[in-house]
Amino acid sequence: MAEVLERAGCEVEFREAQTCCGQPAFNSGYREEARDVARHFLKVFEGAEYIVIPSGSCTSMISHHYADLFDGHHETRVHEFSRFLVEVLKVDDVGARLDSVATYHDSCHALRELKIHDAPRRLLRNVRGLQLTEMDAAEECCGFGGTFSVKFAEVSGAIGRTKVESIVRSGADTVVSIDSSCLMQLQGVLSRAGSTVRTMHLAEVLASR
Amino acid sequence: MKSAPPQKIQQTLADPKLQKAIYSATGRLAGNRRKTIAADVLPDYQELRQHAHDLKKHTLDHLDAYLEEFERNVAARGGKVIWASTGAEACAFIGNLARERGVKLVVKSKSMTSEEIHLNEHLEKDGIDAVETDLGEYIIQLAGEKPYHIIAPALHKTREQVAEVLHAEADSTPEDLTAIARVALREKFLAAGIGITGANFLVADSGAIVLVENEGNARLSSSAPAIHIAVAGIEKLIPRAQDLAVFLKLLGRSATGQPLSVYTSFLAGPRRAGEPDGPEEFYVVLLDNGRTKILADPGKRQSLYCIRCGACLNHCPVYRKIGGYSYPWVYSGPIGKILTPQFMGREQDPWLPFASSLCGACGEVCPVKIEIPKILLELRQEIVEKSGDRRERMAFRMFAWIMRHPHIYAQFRWVRKLRKLPAAGPLKAWLSQRDLPDLPKKSFREQWRERGRA
Repeated sequence: MAEVLERAGCEVEFREAQTCCGQPAFNSGYREEARDVARHFLKVFEGAEYIVIPSGSCTSMISHHYADLFDGHHETRVHEFSRFLVEVLKVDDVGARLDSVATYHDSCHALRELKIHDAPRRLLRNVRGLQLTEMDAAEECCGFGGTFSVKFAEVSGAIGRTKVESIVRSGADTVVSIDSSCLMQLQGVLSRAGSTVRTMHLAEVLASR
Repeated sequence: MKSAPPQKIQQTLADPKLQKAIYSATGRLAGNRRKTIAADVLPDYQELRQHAHDLKKHTLDHLDAYLEEFERNVAARGGKVIWASTGAEACAFIGNLARERGVKLVVKSKSMTSEEIHLNEHLEKDGIDAVETDLGEYIIQLAGEKPYHIIAPALHKTREQVAEVLHAEADSTPEDLTAIARVALREKFLAAGIGITGANFLVADSGAIVLVENEGNARLSSSAPAIHIAVAGIEKLIPRAQDLAVFLKLLGRSATGQPLSVYTSFLAGPRRAGEPDGPEEFYVVLLDNGRTKILADPGKRQSLYCIRCGACLNHCPVYRKIGGYSYPWVYSGPIGKILTPQFMGREQDPWLPFASSLCGACGEVCPVKIEIPKILLELRQEIVEKSGDRRERMAFRMFAWIMRHPHIYAQFRWVRKLRKLPAAGPLKAWLSQRDLPDLPKKSFREQWRERGRA
């Protein structure tokens, strides 16, 4: 992501004190613990102009749910990576090249909370050598769901397998997402099924030359 | 957290036929919905949702006044409102009325509220035969089961299973099966002394109830017997008849993908002089049964906006895998996940609000914009605070501590070390379903620093 942003003309800074947005604790019901982590996040990123995040889920945690932790806190500096490129930088071609047939998985929080649908697709369509093909269940959940994936492992696995069937049906050799947690679930299920379909984060695709 | 998720989840997952039945039926309903709310056929869909949400909010914020208005208008048309604070009170009223009028046979049209209060079992104890007349409900009543889905009670049954329940030939067509049920049910409609229905809406300014259905059985249940009793939760109120224009546009589309259901009945009071049909007595049982408790919670009051369309079930990745019988109460799916803890207490099935990937599909399709994911998160917090698992709390405290200490976080090669440990706990659960990803040789921090040197 850093490389792609730099190529697009941004000055990228990485603050080593950064850790997590606090979502795992928040989604599991531990708001005090989530608030502690969120406070750390806000302190680390003090003074930053744009905070670009390679995850729809983390972005949404900060832009939508910090308001629940800090009465009405409205964090406007956070941007999901694909949307930052397309809507803030107005870039939809980063000069990437990747020979593949790719299908895009809409991660739930990006799609439903951030309403990100077109930006990643536009970026993918402009990758040389990449053919974008839609799967029939692009908008269905991969089944990860944080602690859900281990608390209700069988259900999570069953949802993941249904999703993977849709990916395989699409004929793609690569499934792309903007959320690593979905990709971890999809890769795990694909690997267990013995599939050769690979998982890639959008940033990895856009950094390919 | 004490109670464990039911065995039913594993059983449902392990039944390939059932998996296919649930997934394809819910997928069909979801697909139909999508077509009828598409921008080219219903351009103002999102505005309608907001309008419906606002109407429900307004009504519930002023429910006391609307309930009184409704009661006055029902009485003005010769009907009677019965206030029931519990399910038992509602059942007792109906049982007593049947006894007083010497009624031994009751016909019922589909009503989740009557399921909620176990009306059939109660009437049976009083020696009264209550026959379900909605085809799906009839099938599951004969099979001795409960509704599998809010609007499609026999969704889990294959055609062959339905044939078996109706004692029909195994290769009977759906039309054959419907004809068998129709013949049996006509007899019941004519013989019954009381017809019991639910109500999709209670219209305050008209003292009327509105029934939405596809089979005509609610119409027969409410007009053929001499007595009509509608059982409805107090949250079914809407202020004016004209508000139906909003709700009816949303209900059929969200439920089955129909622009309008086949029959919409607007019923107010008993038969009037000169009218050819209709009941001689008309009662509306207004049920609380825990609703005022939810009403008192401003944050979660919106749980009562539900119009029971079932769209959240059809779009829920979890419901589509675990089916209706894995949920502990009559209301299943995402709406059940938020209603059950609020009605029955958070302690009874504390696992329930956690059985969600928080994908948000339920909130997205809800025609009255109930923020189901947000309420799930709030319920999780309440459950954790009251009866959370001690070890889990410790784990999250540790997580929060590590995340506030970046030096330790950065040193933490726990992910790498995890692999060398024997799989236990969450890792074992993860590996029961899928593999772990390969890890890069260097952490991001290491790569970043090297990049800086280059």
